[in-house]
Amino acid sequence: MLGFVFRRILYAFPTLVMISLVSFAIIELPPGDYLSSYVAQLQARGERVAEDELAALKARYGLGQPIYMRYLKWVRGVLRGDFGVSFEWNRPVSELIFDRFWLTAAIALLSTAFIWAVALPIGIYSATHQYSISDYIFTFIGFIGVGIPDFLLALVLLWFVWSNFGVNLGGLYPPQYEGQPWTWAKVMEVMKRIWVPMAIIGTSGTAGMIRTMRANLLDELRQPYVITARAKGLRETKLILKYPVRIALNPFISTVGWMLPGLLSGATIVSIVLSLPTNGPLMLKALLSQDMYLAGSFVFLLSVLTVIGTLISDILLVVVDPRIRFGSVEGR
Amino acid sequence: MAGQDATPAKAKVTEPQAPEALAPTEERIFVASQWQLMWWRFRKHKLANVGGVVILLFYIGAIFCEFLSPYDPNAYEKTLTFVPPQRVHLFHEGQFIGPFVYGLKRTRDPVTYVITYEPDRSKIHKLHFFVPGHRYRMLGLFETDVHLFGLGPEEKGHKVYLLGTDRLGRDMFSRILYGSRISLSIGLLGVFVSFAIGILAGGVSGYFGGTIDTIIQRVIEFLRSIPTIPLWMALSASLPREWTTVQRYFAIVVLLSLIGWTGLARVVRGRFLAVREEDYVMAARLQGASELRIILRHMLPAFLSYIIASLTLSIPGMILGETSLSFLGLGLRPPTVSWGVLLQEAQNLQTVALAPWLLVPGVAVVTAILSFNFLGDGLRDAADPYAR
Repeated sequence: MLGFVFRRILYAFPTLVMISLVSFAIIELPPGDYLSSYVAQLQARGERVAEDELAALKARYGLGQPIYMRYLKWVRGVLRGDFGVSFEWNRPVSELIFDRFWLTAAIALLSTAFIWAVALPIGIYSATHQYSISDYIFTFIGFIGVGIPDFLLALVLLWFVWSNFGVNLGGLYPPQYEGQPWTWAKVMEVMKRIWVPMAIIGTSGTAGMIRTMRANLLDELRQPYVITARAKGLRETKLILKYPVRIALNPFISTVGWMLPGLLSGATIVSIVLSLPTNGPLMLKALLSQDMYLAGSFVFLLSVLTVIGTLISDILLVVVDPRIRFGSVEGR
Repeated sequence: MAGQDATPAKAKVTEPQAPEALAPTEERIFVASQWQLMWWRFRKHKLANVGGVVILLFYIGAIFCEFLSPYDPNAYEKTLTFVPPQRVHLFHEGQFIGPFVYGLKRTRDPVTYVITYEPDRSKIHKLHFFVPGHRYRMLGLFETDVHLFGLGPEEKGHKVYLLGTDRLGRDMFSRILYGSRISLSIGLLGVFVSFAIGILAGGVSGYFGGTIDTIIQRVIEFLRSIPTIPLWMALSASLPREWTTVQRYFAIVVLLSLIGWTGLARVVRGRFLAVREEDYVMAARLQGASELRIILRHMLPAFLSYIIASLTLSIPGMILGETSLSFLGLGLRPPTVSWGVLLQEAQNLQTVALAPWLLVPGVAVVTAILSFNFLGDGLRDAADPYAR
């Protein structure tokens, strides 16, 4: 067990190095170096750039040095938690991302909770009542949920609520709270509106999850051990909840893997449509204005979190499922 | 085909036991080729059939979009902005006159200055078929100006908008048809590129195994560890701005397949590994068949169907990817018309509240995605020889 964990962590390292290379490549991709575009931007605004400031910036980002030196410099900074400065906002990248972290994380956690709370019972019901009318209805809804892109769902819902109730559901708080400190009133406003992104992001996730849960549980229900347990007279509810469901839960554990990056980015496109004050729109803005330190850091952090998330869910799977623990893990 | 190789052997085994007991239907199944069996099983999957027909119609619409659309997708009409979809009527005051639309009455709200349109019941514009319009090249072969429908040439200055117009007074119906050409072809092309890389990498990985397999698997794992949407966004944002629309189009295709191939390579490798151990492959090898013949004649038929199914299932992801990127303004850009570009017009609530018909491209996206999913599901079930 410990050996497996150790090996898994070891495997993650080359991936992390590759990720850092790709992220750095993204930072370097736009033509021209960022410093000269920054200086041009300042000069366009009529500000003057002092020579010594320019030299300091140059030294800081290692401009004029070969590319591998710049990369090493960047990596050293990242390891210390310094992701560079966003030229658009003129603030450290880490500060910008952290500012919006709590709201983003709250929405991600809530929508995952929503997915679990809805998909689990429906998936179990669908599998135990296969080919019943409700099973067909749920399967159909699941199909629709998979087919509708979440940002479209968000748009339609926004429009529907607006045209029927005259309420704009976009944003997490009314405009007068923009930039205000977190007072009790603001928290209450957020509480009132946070269910919208939660439900929308949750719905698209739920559809897929119901389908996996149903398929997995159906496979498990055909296993001989279920028949044995039934023959021994175990009550049906206890039987299903205690054994097959436990194994069919594996995909839920796998969600931990993508929940972690979700904490940081949120559902990017939905957040943009709903104009949420989360990290998703921040990333889009960074990309559109080629604010590459911010954008590259996003890609880097998200990928690293995905790797860590996958690591955690793999380890959790081994802990939960004895068959994986004692079987060959590599052969999966 | 594998079916042809397998049937004589099977017939020999069954004959001594029950030579005349085979009912005609059973006999039909016994002698049917693999593809025929799959086709029969596919025909039973109703939803998949519907999906297949819808997709066929979509692609026909995309191929003949110039002919089917009444107007040029980029032709604008300054005085006819945000016209709501017009209803096609058949009867006027109880009298049958064939398909027609009422004229438009344009009024401006004196307080808010919002322009509204109402059907003008005194004016009747009959729809004509095969009317002349803007010129185009049919299938790139010959030039013509015939369009399937439109208003007669005598009604100059009047237009028919089946799905309304956008903020510049461009016909949404024509734009959606033209958009389908871009959006649907990007899905196909993307899958084609992914397929080429995926089958090569997966095949090499599964057939040779060893170090090269490990390397390819690590690369796949790495590509999959980067979250798709941020990576797509970052890469498409760094495409040079001065690129032409064609360059951009192909760049987006490459971007989408950059991640798409990994899934296919995994499928191919998995099937390769599974089939390699089958007894009939061993039998073929013992009979002295060459490696190439084993791969092409014995192994490929066993998983080709499976791969076609997973190809079909990966097209909607491509279409969705393009739509999302263009919707965010990172993918294709106007004057290219794709469903994502069209949806970008409906990005904020104010516009949608004013002109809900701008969401119609979304209906097209959802229909296409669902149809591909149904079709892919049906194909997968049909391709699985162990399905009940």
